[in-house]
Amino acid sequence: MTNNERLVTAFASSLNIDASQVVDELEYNTIPQWDSVAHMVLVAALEKEFDVMLDMDDIIEMSSVKIAKEILAKHDVAF
Amino acid sequence: MSDWKSIEVFGLAKAEKQAWLLGQLNRLTRHHQAHCQPYANLLAGQGQQEGAAESLNAVPYVAARLFKMLRLSSTLPDNVFKTLTSSGTTSQVKSQIFLDRDTAALQSKVLVSLLSSFTGKARRPMLIVDHDGLTGDKAGFSARGAGVQGLSFLGRDHTYALNSDMTPNWPVIDDFMAKYANEPVLIFGFTFMVWQHFIQPLIASGRSNQLPQALLFHSGGWKKLQDQAVSNDTFKTTVRQALGEQVAIHNFYGMVEQIGSVFVECEQGHLHAPTYADVLIRDQETLAEQCEGEIGLIQVLSFIPTSYPGHSILTEDLGRLLGEDNCLCGRKGRYFEVLGRLPKTEVRGCSDVF
Ligand SMILES: [Zn+2]
Repeated sequence: MTNNERLVTAFASSLNIDASQVVDELEYNTIPQWDSVAHMVLVAALEKEFDVMLDMDDIIEMSSVKIAKEILAKHDVAF
Repeated sequence: MSDWKSIEVFGLAKAEKQAWLLGQLNRLTRHHQAHCQPYANLLAGQGQQEGAAESLNAVPYVAARLFKMLRLSSTLPDNVFKTLTSSGTTSQVKSQIFLDRDTAALQSKVLVSLLSSFTGKARRPMLIVDHDGLTGDKAGFSARGAGVQGLSFLGRDHTYALNSDMTPNWPVIDDFMAKYANEPVLIFGFTFMVWQHFIQPLIASGRSNQLPQALLFHSGGWKKLQDQAVSNDTFKTTVRQALGEQVAIHNFYGMVEQIGSVFVECEQGHLHAPTYADVLIRDQETLAEQCEGEIGLIQVLSFIPTSYPGHSILTEDLGRLLGEDNCLCGRKGRYFEVLGRLPKTEVRGCSDVF
């Protein structure tokens, strides 16, 4: 799987949404499934999938799929 | 006006802080006057025309109980994505706080910025002294659920210490303690629950010194502990007996009407106002501002709320200002203590007092 596919899978399973909904433009708190509770599930899934540890600023700033990729890129995960 | 992120959490002395915060609060007063008709009516009833207070004590305030009586929202119904309610243990009517995305996001960001000044930016393994299932309902949160949720951003490997009947979940607690015995961890819970449902059972079971690098945040009021004659000093001593001598313990004071703005206890045992918020003490009869050392009602100010007019609230809690800019811990700003809640029968005035 490519990193993008892994990311889409992690988002879809953490938020319990269809993979087709996981697009760059998808934003935190714009769908009921991506609320603050699910956000912590998502963060844990991304950390596990990419073997990274995100700090508080990372998870606070992670307000869209696009930004999630940018943050993971800082941790040497290339998209 | 400087962006809040560029300002140190406890770094501004009186004059600078007032200049910054007053600008923010006047902006919010004008915003809510324009977007919340009941709020504009309240101000008009007081003869307040413009949001142009010249000092912090002149910023108009809303009595906390008005959030139970009126629908105070400054955002369109379609933009409300979460409604917080007070836990309402003593009264049937609950406060309702309407959040839109911007206000909720700012609450999270400010809370993390504030509390991480105590924990550092790394997310610690987190033990929550409550049961799983508080945050299940997505549309509405209780104050307790919101508190747990707000702090969860500070942690990782979130572990709930209690069963749903409030008994300790020993297998889970023991696993957590074994796994993180030698790491900085974060523990959060409501003061009484930490005492009654975690620390007391730990001691009774003979477990001690198992999380020596823990930092404990706790909140929610001292009433039930005062009834048991447990002081803050006793609380801290006992927690350290149970978890470890070096455990850092920070109470904080905050309310569902101003999530994000919390007042954290420092190493000297004083509750501190951060740059983004402030407290004033008012005489409970005349509502005039009290001097340092005098007891009165606590008024809280916060630069956060745009979706509801909660930037200046008169609480029903009694407190006392202890000082400003000169706490031995080195933090700037006002510091104070909370002395409990005004007895119900003494709540005077009504909607005309705001
Ligand atoms: Zn201090």
